[in-house]
Amino acid sequence: MHLTEKELEILQIIEQNSRIDFNDLAKMVDAEESEIADTVQKLEDMNVIVRYATIINWAKVDTYHGLTAMIDVKVTPKRGVGFNEVAQRIYRFNEVESVYLMSGAYDLSVVVKGQSMNEVAQFVSDKLSTLDSVISTTTHFILKKYKHDGTIFEPINEEDKRIVVSP
Amino acid sequence: MIQTSFVSKTIADLKPSGIRRFFDLAVNMEGVVSLGVGEPDFVTSWNVREAAILSLEEGRTSYTANAGLIELRQEIASYMKKRFAVSYQPDSQIIVTVGGSQAIDIALRAILNPGEEVLVVEPCFVAYSPLVTLAGGVAKTIQTVRENEFKLTAAELEEAITPNTKAIIMCSPNNPTGTQLRKEELIEIAKVIQKHNLVVISDEIYAELAYDDDFTSVAAIDGMMDRTILINGFSKGFAMTGWRLGFVCAPKDITEAMLKIHQYTMMCASTVAQYAALEALRNGMNDVEEMRKSYRQRRNYIVKSFNEIGLDCHIPGGAFYAFPSIERTGLSSQEFAEKLLFEEKVAVVPGNVFGESGEGHIRCSYASSLEQLQEAIKRMSRFVEKYK
Repeated sequence: MHLTEKELEILQIIEQNSRIDFNDLAKMVDAEESEIADTVQKLEDMNVIVRYATIINWAKVDTYHGLTAMIDVKVTPKRGVGFNEVAQRIYRFNEVESVYLMSGAYDLSVVVKGQSMNEVAQFVSDKLSTLDSVISTTTHFILKKYKHDGTIFEPINEEDKRIVVSP
Repeated sequence: MIQTSFVSKTIADLKPSGIRRFFDLAVNMEGVVSLGVGEPDFVTSWNVREAAILSLEEGRTSYTANAGLIELRQEIASYMKKRFAVSYQPDSQIIVTVGGSQAIDIALRAILNPGEEVLVVEPCFVAYSPLVTLAGGVAKTIQTVRENEFKLTAAELEEAITPNTKAIIMCSPNNPTGTQLRKEELIEIAKVIQKHNLVVISDEIYAELAYDDDFTSVAAIDGMMDRTILINGFSKGFAMTGWRLGFVCAPKDITEAMLKIHQYTMMCASTVAQYAALEALRNGMNDVEEMRKSYRQRRNYIVKSFNEIGLDCHIPGGAFYAFPSIERTGLSSQEFAEKLLFEEKVAVVPGNVFGESGEGHIRCSYASSLEQLQEAIKRMSRFVEKYK
């Protein structure tokens, strides 16, 4: 679908900050507040805006023990449905965070979240690799997140270094 | 005993910048939200910083040619051509300088004979008049008016010209008003400039930060190339203020004259900064575009908010300053800025430091995060309510 410049601008702003006040957003893109509400509603209805999410640095939470693995999956595509069917079979599992079809050495990139390494290992050996079309899997555990979706988790020296008044 | 000073009379008589005073007031205060900063809030892009680091690793620590690295001048030439439709020869018409300020300095010194007049269009950047004085000229100000969004008109210019007028310094988009002259307006001004055979020093440092109309360079106006000294640089558009890197483009004879001064006083601009600028021009235009978009949103936000809280503000076409009127409060710009700082801890710059026509206004830089701007508006709203 084709979006106007203004709609694109609105999307870019709420992608960075979905909690922004519509009144402020309206000022920023030079629109009426009602126009913003209508546009956002429309984009939600069209499923362009899919969900409002929060980026959380779980590593800072002591009681959190989850871990994430990225799994490269090679599959045999099926006549008529290509990769879609197997992708669907994979993304239906609750453990699966995301599934991407990739170019390059493997076909699907699957991100899996679990409570322990055992849990993830079990998912891979029992559920994922046993699927008919899956040829092979390579599992990579994420050790530390530095930057996620454009956001640096622990920015260093972020304070304003400018002098307070200048010409 | 007679008191004597070793300091020259010219310098002793030079008025200190009014901005300095506000810096001193604000610098040690806790919890200040500053709209007083005349530079981008972006840190220079990583690829540019990385290129500078690489140049140091490779040991590029010697002087460059006086006029700057030839590769950089070539990039500048093609950038100016592509972006602003002006053609300059890299080897004879471009000098890489230590910021735009040094470029203005050598431009003035290259053209002025003692006592010649230079027209300075106010409100404007605080350095123009002092630089004219230091170059041995006489600064004559033209006061633009708010009713006309501080745009210089051909009539105002015509009236200010005397037989002794040599040049005019103008800046669009402007610091502090944010006003940008449109092409038609420039054409009218250019006619007067040509009629009286003046030189223009056109400070185009904010050229990349034009939000509504395409930016037109003075040099791109018919017949102006031969009498324009074009100042530009990396500070504002590329968020590189601290690198101190600008450039000046001019007709050959003037460039040669400026280069004489430059080679004796500066030798060349910082080498590491020149390598950084090379990367900025080669791979930095997407970042410039992103920053421009972000400033534009913040401009829209702050101008609408000012008008809502009772500070009348024209829509500034470029740069990152809003210049609202504070008339309704009945305070002078100095009083307003001082009280606002002490009572609400918001730093702004009083308009009168940019020239007498700036009185009744304050300069508010919106190169700050949206959160900071929101907080500033909240505090200023409270303040204006109290005084109106």
